[in-house]
Amino acid sequence: MSAPLLDIQGLTKAYPGVVANDTVSFAIGEGEIHALLGENGAGKSTLVKMIYGLVKPDSGTMTLRGAPYTPAEPRAARAAGVAMVFQHFSLFEALNVAENIALGMENPPAMRDLADRIKQVSEEYGLPLDPYRLVGDLSAGERQRVEIIRCLLQEPKLLIMDEPTSVLTPQEVEILFETLRKLRAEGTSILYISHKLEEIRALCDAATILRLGKNVGTCVPRDTTAREMAELMVGSALHTPKSAGAEMGDVVLEVTGLSLPAPSQFGTALKEVNLSLRKGEVLGIGGVAGNGQDELLAALSGETRVARDAVKMNGHPIGHLGPQARRRIGILSAPEERLGHAAAPDMSLTENALLTGAVRKRLVSKGFLNWGRARAFAEEVIEAFDVRTPGPGNAARSLSGGNLQKFVIGREVLQDPIVLVVNQPTWGVDASAAAAIRQALLDLAAKGVGVIVISQDLDELMEVADHFAALNEGRLTGVRPTQGLTVEEIGLMMGGAHDMEVAHVEG
Amino acid sequence: MDLSSISPELLLASLMVAATPILLAAVGELIVERAGVLNLGVEGMMITGAICGFAVTIESGSPTLGFVAAAAGGAGLSLLFALLTQFALANQVASGLALTLFGLGLSALLGQGYVGLKPPLMADIHIPGLSDIPYLGTVLFTHDPMVYFGLLLVAAVWWFLNRTRGGLVLRAVGENHAAAHALGYKVVRIRVLAIMFGGACAGLGGAYISLIRVPQWTEGMTAGAGWIALALVVFASWKPGRVLLGAYLFGGVTVLQLNLQAAGIAIPVEYLSMSPYLITILVLVIMSADRSRAPGSLGRIFHASG
Repeated sequence: MSAPLLDIQGLTKAYPGVVANDTVSFAIGEGEIHALLGENGAGKSTLVKMIYGLVKPDSGTMTLRGAPYTPAEPRAARAAGVAMVFQHFSLFEALNVAENIALGMENPPAMRDLADRIKQVSEEYGLPLDPYRLVGDLSAGERQRVEIIRCLLQEPKLLIMDEPTSVLTPQEVEILFETLRKLRAEGTSILYISHKLEEIRALCDAATILRLGKNVGTCVPRDTTAREMAELMVGSALHTPKSAGAEMGDVVLEVTGLSLPAPSQFGTALKEVNLSLRKGEVLGIGGVAGNGQDELLAALSGETRVARDAVKMNGHPIGHLGPQARRRIGILSAPEERLGHAAAPDMSLTENALLTGAVRKRLVSKGFLNWGRARAFAEEVIEAFDVRTPGPGNAARSLSGGNLQKFVIGREVLQDPIVLVVNQPTWGVDASAAAAIRQALLDLAAKGVGVIVISQDLDELMEVADHFAALNEGRLTGVRPTQGLTVEEIGLMMGGAHDMEVAHVEG
Repeated sequence: MDLSSISPELLLASLMVAATPILLAAVGELIVERAGVLNLGVEGMMITGAICGFAVTIESGSPTLGFVAAAAGGAGLSLLFALLTQFALANQVASGLALTLFGLGLSALLGQGYVGLKPPLMADIHIPGLSDIPYLGTVLFTHDPMVYFGLLLVAAVWWFLNRTRGGLVLRAVGENHAAAHALGYKVVRIRVLAIMFGGACAGLGGAYISLIRVPQWTEGMTAGAGWIALALVVFASWKPGRVLLGAYLFGGVTVLQLNLQAAGIAIPVEYLSMSPYLITILVLVIMSADRSRAPGSLGRIFHASG
């Protein structure tokens, strides 16, 4: 290969108490899709923030096409030909597509010309977009198109993509990959950050793997198995969750004709949702974010009360019961949003354990709190789920996302549920902790608990679920056995990609 | 009761005068809030502007210089708020309330030697031709320059927000400061500038009361106009055109109820006095029932980390 586009030598960045990047060196070739792999906290985002000029390195050098490259701010990085598609945080919901794109450009043309160029470029790359729509009205996939087109309009030499596929349906992922391959063919290099190993194998030419801030290896993804890459990331052999394969029992939870209006302007209405869950069954519910996942969880947990007969447990109508009453009879749940929904950020882990465990672990007697038992319960969760924290007296906010996730899932699992509903149980959790959480869910099912796993991670659903259904604009598809289900069939069930398909054919 | 004593011409003309202080302050606060900052100190900045403008006008004899000093005074006080909220990351609501109390106290101190004096007046603009049009001339074209300045300011703010890149960046900062920062915009700098603009406008509004509307100095003479301006911004859904409408509506009902009181209408004075507040808020609440909403980052503290 010829001289690299971007050559990074000995880049180091330390924050108080932690070295985020420790003498990291690697090179990205011209016209190469280069993967950056690593678990949460491995230092991927700090590294790309340095490349994009958001963070200044403590030491080390970067060379872009032979010239020293030290971007003081994102503007300088963009001027040098480096563009970035963020995972989140970078769109303005109350502004329209063209305004959002103009904000990311140095010298945007007049709005009308810009709108024309957006239309033209978006059609060229098979990512149709209306420049005058408000971003707040767009789907996750469409929002990502806005970000990509914002970058493409600047004709970058290097495009950085931070976990671009986490919000897309399989079809949308395929279309995105087509776009990226087209860009590569035109000579653009791409730095692709992900922890989805199969995607990296399908797309990338080279991969650099980070662990605890250090570069621990480089590989050619095509010639490396996903397992080998995962073990490089984790640094030890990976444990795959296994189901004990218990027999399924009687129907424990039944939902019939559940309809709910959208709770807010940006919410989704549930339409005629039907499902039944047996003892010992894991039901996986897939779908792109914002298709009714939060609303379904709220209806099952009792946060939103519904018609008496819409939800039945062991044949008894419970739709009218609130969350505490449902907890009493054994329906537990863990919502997606960790800080503020599943846990109260400024309260200690003991207090958070008490908040959901009070009823089933009898942490309250005659209206008085039993702090001793609450602390013991919190410690039990910390111990059993390997939550890394100095102790149960620490505030929930002080835990890293992955650790807090282990805590909020563990807290429900250890309350002996009869039905457990979780939404995105391993969101933002690294590979080994995710495996532990999935194993815990499978162990619960083996004991005869009915488990509903709502997730956007299809690999996760395929791994744990016995049955699969998808949410699409508030409707639940029919339930199908997971075994034998193909990615194409799942994609059709999720049904998010019709408009993109059309563009694909035209392009 | 003698309703015939109310002249619609003079009523409409004085409506524009009555509305101008609130209009100026509200347009300034609109920019501040569009940048994502909630400054509850409008009342304090207005009264500070009122005394600064009054004192400088008395000392120099020039109302124009007085208005410049009022803008500088309001902006100077707002800088204190900017320091607290943008650099010391203090809570915006508490800082704003403190600013109001501080401004009231400071102005009383500064104004001790100025009670009972009469400032030189700003001459009304007389436009040959236009001012002589019957009826319309009296209503629209016989005012002091600040009335027209207020109208121009509303138009300029609308144009800035909707037609310029600077306005787009300002809205972006107010909508999502983390994203604006990620794109490389200077969130704190933009907000400090917006806060100072808001302070200057509030100062002008205050000076309009002490130099033209009343015109003399008494302690606490803004009498809640700053709070009305704040409420106006919210109920006008952060849109300049609606701020203008709201301010004129408020000014109109205020003038009308004063005239009605003078005419001796058989409605208790208390009801008449509260009518401008009720009617303005009612109309704007009905209008704000569309999908417009507050800037996404309004009132949230921004700290650039990582």
